[in-house]
Amino acid sequence: MELVTPSIGLLFWSALAFFILLFVLGKFAWKPITQALKEREDSIDEALKSAEIARKQLESLKNDNQRLLNEARVERDKLLKEANEIKDQILAKAKGDAKSEGDKMIAAAKEAIEMEKVNAMNQLKTQVAVLTVDLAEKILRKKMEDRSQQEVFVNDSLKNITLN
Amino acid sequence: MTHINNFKSTYYSLKTLILTIVFSFVSIFSFANHTTSSSATDSSKIETATIHSSEASENISPENHGEEKFDINKTIMEHVADAHDWHLWGHTSIHLPVILYTDKGLDVFSSGKFNHGHDIYIGKYSYKIEHEKIHAVDENGNVLSDIKVLDFSITKNVATLLISVFGLMLIFLTVANGYAKRGIGAPKGIQSWLEPIILFVRDDIAAPNLGKHTNKYMPYLLTVFFFIWFNNMLGLIPFFPGGANVTGNIAVTMILSVITFVLTNINAKKAYWKHIFLPHVPLWLYPLMIPVEIIGIFTKPFALMIRLFANITAGHILVLSLVCLAILFKSFAVGFATTPLIVFISAIELLVAFLQAFIFTILSALFIGMAVNIESEEAHH
Repeated sequence: MELVTPSIGLLFWSALAFFILLFVLGKFAWKPITQALKEREDSIDEALKSAEIARKQLESLKNDNQRLLNEARVERDKLLKEANEIKDQILAKAKGDAKSEGDKMIAAAKEAIEMEKVNAMNQLKTQVAVLTVDLAEKILRKKMEDRSQQEVFVNDSLKNITLN
Repeated sequence: MTHINNFKSTYYSLKTLILTIVFSFVSIFSFANHTTSSSATDSSKIETATIHSSEASENISPENHGEEKFDINKTIMEHVADAHDWHLWGHTSIHLPVILYTDKGLDVFSSGKFNHGHDIYIGKYSYKIEHEKIHAVDENGNVLSDIKVLDFSITKNVATLLISVFGLMLIFLTVANGYAKRGIGAPKGIQSWLEPIILFVRDDIAAPNLGKHTNKYMPYLLTVFFFIWFNNMLGLIPFFPGGANVTGNIAVTMILSVITFVLTNINAKKAYWKHIFLPHVPLWLYPLMIPVEIIGIFTKPFALMIRLFANITAGHILVLSLVCLAILFKSFAVGFATTPLIVFISAIELLVAFLQAFIFTILSALFIGMAVNIESEEAHH
């Protein structure tokens, strides 16, 4: 029975001791401790959040990079294709040009050759005519050295000439 | 009397050794204690005979003559109950101050003046101590029952309380200092030991029960948790400054449960009172329900008080009973046989020390939480 009868002295002292403890710890221990714990948790939370944001940013950056890379690749392919086309065009054009130029030159050359040929022919003809005349003169001179022959010739020629 | 002292020294050395768990020393120490106290027995036998002639004459049976029978019940109750002297070892004890309040005012003197209940102290009244109860007496030593003596003495439990309050302050101000110094940095030393427990109280005891009101009640819950735990463990230490049965004293547990009771009821929401006086039952059940609910207000903290008191006291009694076995049988063999058992029970008591602190705190949080969060509870229905 004695055990379950609270004594007034111990009631008083334990209430006093507990309230002093509650006051002192509440003011000087629990408050700073719980505040510090809260602050630490908040800072950890914040750090985790910012890490997540950074991770997301990095990811989007990566995506951007990939996108840019892809775009660049497409652009490059396009450029290469265009360049190829242009090259082909230029080549084709150059070929065409060269051909027509060549043809032109050949034609010109042919013309020139023709002209030269005609010229040469004409010159040859003239030359041949001159030579022929010269030769004929020489022959005639030889033949016509004596009078008789001149008369014969003139007669013959006169004979050939028909007066109509 | 002398055999009790003999027992006490054996008990203390045994308990000391339980904690050190060095079995080879068990025999040496207890043997040494046995021999010294048996010589003390002879000398104090004469004392007992002279001073307590009246007591001795009561024990007339031949085998009890000059040698008190070992009363296990009395011994254990003495250890479990409060005392005005703090027994250290053998015949050495600290005489704690006695503070008495009567209609004539305060009387303050040392408990040594009572000479272990043999003498009468004459202050504003004459006082006599009997079974740790102080009475006012007349010159012949007869109790004056009409004079009320209020005993505010610094008893063994009060002294232990003060020591534990001082110790707790020292520990937690050091911890707080750690936070002041390191801010949000990683904890160090004692700070890192106690931080998980503080977080445990907050996250596993307070927060699930109190919700958004957690911060308001954290100081009380943390204080009550560490106060109970610290005192429980202090009670398990068999030598100074431990050994007192503070949390196993109903006055202490009553103060704690009254605080929980007050906190619950002054902070209770309207719905809490509505739940008690206008319960959701048919009207004809009101005469039954309302008294039940009103009784319920008081049974919750009452159960808190009894639970802590009974658990801690039972633990002390259990360990003491096992220790007493060796003295009862006057056999070292029994002592050696019970020692492992005592170690085992003490280890369990260490767990109980934590468990009871946890239960008291979580139930306090639950009761307060039920009173302050009742609207959200109602919304569930």
